[in-house]
Amino acid sequence: MIAPHLPALIVVVPLVAGLVALFLGRGHLPWLLTLLVTWAVFALSATLLGRVLVAGAPPVEYAMGSWPAPWGIVYRVDAVNAFVLTIVSGIAAVCAVFARLSVAAEIPAERWRFFYSAWLLCLTGLLGITITGDAFNLYVLLEIASLSTYTLVALGVQKDRRALTAAFRYLILGTVGATFLLLGIGHLYMKTGTLNMVDLADRLAGLQSDRVVLTAFALIVTGLGLKVALFPLHMWLPNAYTYAPSVVTAFLAATATKVGAYMTFRFLFTVFGLRVTFDFLSADVFLIGFSCLAILVASVLAIRQNNIKRLLAYSSVAQIGYIMLGLGLHNHASVTGAVVHVFNHAVMKGGLFLALGAVVYRLGGATIGELRGLGRRMPLTAAAIVVGGMGLVGVPATAGFISKWYLVAGCLHGDAWPLAVVILVGSILALLYVWRVVEALYFAVPENPSLPVREAPLALLVPTWVLIGASLYFGLHATFTVATAKAAAVALGVGE
Amino acid sequence: MTAAITPALALAVPGLGALLVGLTGRWPKLRETVTLVTALATFAVVASLAPGVLQGERPAVDLVEEVPGIRLALVVEPLGMIYALIASFLWIFNSIYSFGYLRANREHKQTRYYTCFAVAIASALGIAFSANLFTLFLFYEALTFSTFPLVAHKETPEAIRAGRIYLGILVFTSTCLMLLAIIWTYAVTGTVDFREGGILEGKVTPAVAAVLLVLFVLGTGKAAVMPLHFWLPAAMVAPTPVSALLHAVAVVKAGVFIVLKIAVFTVGVDFISRERLGDALCWLAGGTVIVASLVALTKDNLKARLAYSTVSQLSYIVLAAVMGSRLGIVGGSLHIAMHAFGKITLFFCAGAIYTAHHLTEVSDMRGIGRVMPVTTACFLVGALSVIGLPPLGGAWSKWFLGLAALEADRIALLGVFLVSSLLNVAYLLPIAIRGFIDEPTHAVLRGGVQEAPLACVLPIVVTAAGCLVLFVYPELVFQFSNQILR
Amino acid sequence: MEWFLQYHYNYLIYVVLMMIGLYGATAKPNLVKKVIALGMFQTAVFLFYISMAVKKGGTAPIYWEALREGQPYTNPLPHVLILTAIVVSVSTTAVALALVIAIKKEFGTVEADELGEFEEL
Repeated sequence: MIAPHLPALIVVVPLVAGLVALFLGRGHLPWLLTLLVTWAVFALSATLLGRVLVAGAPPVEYAMGSWPAPWGIVYRVDAVNAFVLTIVSGIAAVCAVFARLSVAAEIPAERWRFFYSAWLLCLTGLLGITITGDAFNLYVLLEIASLSTYTLVALGVQKDRRALTAAFRYLILGTVGATFLLLGIGHLYMKTGTLNMVDLADRLAGLQSDRVVLTAFALIVTGLGLKVALFPLHMWLPNAYTYAPSVVTAFLAATATKVGAYMTFRFLFTVFGLRVTFDFLSADVFLIGFSCLAILVASVLAIRQNNIKRLLAYSSVAQIGYIMLGLGLHNHASVTGAVVHVFNHAVMKGGLFLALGAVVYRLGGATIGELRGLGRRMPLTAAAIVVGGMGLVGVPATAGFISKWYLVAGCLHGDAWPLAVVILVGSILALLYVWRVVEALYFAVPENPSLPVREAPLALLVPTWVLIGASLYFGLHATFTVATAKAAAVALGVGE
Repeated sequence: MTAAITPALALAVPGLGALLVGLTGRWPKLRETVTLVTALATFAVVASLAPGVLQGERPAVDLVEEVPGIRLALVVEPLGMIYALIASFLWIFNSIYSFGYLRANREHKQTRYYTCFAVAIASALGIAFSANLFTLFLFYEALTFSTFPLVAHKETPEAIRAGRIYLGILVFTSTCLMLLAIIWTYAVTGTVDFREGGILEGKVTPAVAAVLLVLFVLGTGKAAVMPLHFWLPAAMVAPTPVSALLHAVAVVKAGVFIVLKIAVFTVGVDFISRERLGDALCWLAGGTVIVASLVALTKDNLKARLAYSTVSQLSYIVLAAVMGSRLGIVGGSLHIAMHAFGKITLFFCAGAIYTAHHLTEVSDMRGIGRVMPVTTACFLVGALSVIGLPPLGGAWSKWFLGLAALEADRIALLGVFLVSSLLNVAYLLPIAIRGFIDEPTHAVLRGGVQEAPLACVLPIVVTAAGCLVLFVYPELVFQFSNQILR
Repeated sequence: MEWFLQYHYNYLIYVVLMMIGLYGATAKPNLVKKVIALGMFQTAVFLFYISMAVKKGGTAPIYWEALREGQPYTNPLPHVLILTAIVVSVSTTAVALALVIAIKKEFGTVEADELGEFEEL
């Protein structure tokens, strides 16, 4: 009975749960509901991924309310979005385990149910964006995700009141971005008379020199650029990540920008198509240019940060640069690298921010000063930070290395060895900012040695190490992720 | 079946040892016992592979499929065997030496020290047995990161700064040059496996191959070819047993071993020789040999002098790899072993002198032979071996290197070897000779005979004896060298 | 050009409104004004959607008599879309104003340049 409605359930279950959570009172019930729902959604997504990955299987299509395309809203799941769905729901499930203690420490009890409600709505939005095959539906779900994200960020106010200004700034820029997207979609509709992505792709194929289509392209790329925080449209990201509650930062860093990257893939590769995007508009030139700037400038900015959450936020901006670079190069290896990096970065950054959440849980903050000498006092948490950091650098045997391997191979396939150098220099810059943290953890004396600091509780350590462990596992045995990413690249029209 | 997993076991033993050392850290005696037992066991496992390899077996282990088409895999071949034997054999004596040195100098965080040491050896063995460039790179980076805590062991600002230089240079070169070359190789050939005769020939133009060779050699920062050598002198702040490991055995030898391995199994010796791919590198490495020797002359700090001597000697092996001669591979692989024994003796002596009398400068060591006769005698033996004089092991490797230079029709390199050997005489011999002949000038040397603790002296004697043994029985190494190219 | 002004002036207006909104949302220091400008920015887009649906002399597609007589009708879909977008816009404004109130309570000001000293970039 469930099987045919699998795609719908992935969105509907968290949506309903988000509303129910509001009425579950002030205890831990909303959390329990969130936990159950996220794991259920993860199971559903994984099933869906399994179904899509069967060799030769067509994309799974689901017509909402049985209205067929192109009139109704259609969910269309291929290797690309099934993979992203699994990433998003998986990270959400792990973060949900982490959330109970972390949220209890950072958010007053009377707001818990609002928090979990917003969390579930945000998850709904992110999953919906990923699964939908309708451009306008995508916008609506994007706004659901964004509005709940602003709320989640602002809930960090208890810890630092600057969460409010960060959320406000994010709201303004996020809304501007989403509205650009809406406008672009409007232009597409005006020209083609459809909102269904597959239909759009069909009808746009012959229209590459149409001015309305070009305008739509410009508007959509700008809007997406704001949403994924592609340098230099990243201004909202560092503050939002820094002041949001720890678990929210982990969740957002691992999923929100990834869904943004997915949207970019979907619009540039599927809707506009490779021919319009790259052959006719040469979008690769500015995508690659901004990506290189993102990798280099954001990494340099990260080196100077003292607040580790902010440091990692800038690192995220740089890592988005890697994804966009792989996208811009649009050959099989580079797109494989970009898609696999969506996964790898989600796992590594999620794990790192969770580890920082554990530090915040014990110490109240996560500046480089607070991390001093923590290697002895919180050995497992510190080790998680080191392993995650190594992943960002792209040391072999971590997931980051796999992404780097394919991205560099993509550069060399595209005869663009200077870009390969940019990627490799980027990992050296990453080493610089990661190493500051490592030295503080292991080669410095604590600022306040008398302060009793114990290792984080298991409820925080286990989810952290699940993600960090995954980053190691998928660094040593990446056949699954790489094969899925390769299938995704093929689904995006970039075959070998 | 059992033989097939032995290479993996060779890595697992020190890995497990590292874990046990970490767990037994609270009981120093137990911890040291565990270290020693692990070292012995590791050597036993590695040595057990040797007879089979000599008979032409190539035990291989497939660990895991990394990404589609690339596997994390180990295979044992003669060149790797030499390096693995040297590293695991000298680890035994380095451990004994460490016990004496760390205790006498009351070093802190010894558990971390022994743990990282064991991990470093495991990584070194991983490099030795790697079956493809991917695996090799993985263990290469593991070796870099596991030795950082050893370099920065003292945790003084100076030590941490040196550690940063160490890590910075090694990771920068390996990532930006070596990894680029590896992925480039993968992009053009579709494989990263080591194959006899190389994989590049026919796939790339000689010009590209030459560029790749340069990237590989410079990217192997551990081979310390100038101008990327300065991590080595900087890392001198480490405790002396670490310097011995770093500068004589595991780390630098890993560098030159990789250069040899890539020359033989990725680029191909015949390809190098036919197209003269190594011309630029011959200049660079030849220059390094001479310049580093000259710099060594100017250093008064004994460890710094030895470090520059190492830089110079490493480039011998780089030259052997890139000059494009089959004899060069034999000479280079011999030199890995011969230089390891000679140089570790010298470093052990430097550490013993520091432990016994806290002397670091060469100018203070006049008359040291009267106070530390055994140490100074061993120093003399080590120095003669590094210079390459009979009856010591170093003579054989220099002999073959000289022959190789003739075979490759590069007379200039023969000159480089000769000049450098003379310079070796100039910067190494006076220390030992003055130690015996001169009157002590430094106050601490006025007393009677006072050697370092037995745990320090014993390894020195063994490694010095090793230099002699290797002259009399060069076939211990030579039989492997001879089989690298079939 | 004249033709464009005569029949498509609403597109011109939407662009002008949008630019005013974009400018206000990013450049105005007062947070409330930012919210107002953001509202303008979004409204401009609604205007665009509605404009493209209009057909001269068009009727609503539910008047069957008119339709049967061959009278053209206005495309209903953009209207529906914009109804949704208006809801989104209202929610955004609500969240934004809630944030402004909270900011006023915490910081005692709603001027971005006065808030600037609290921020760290």
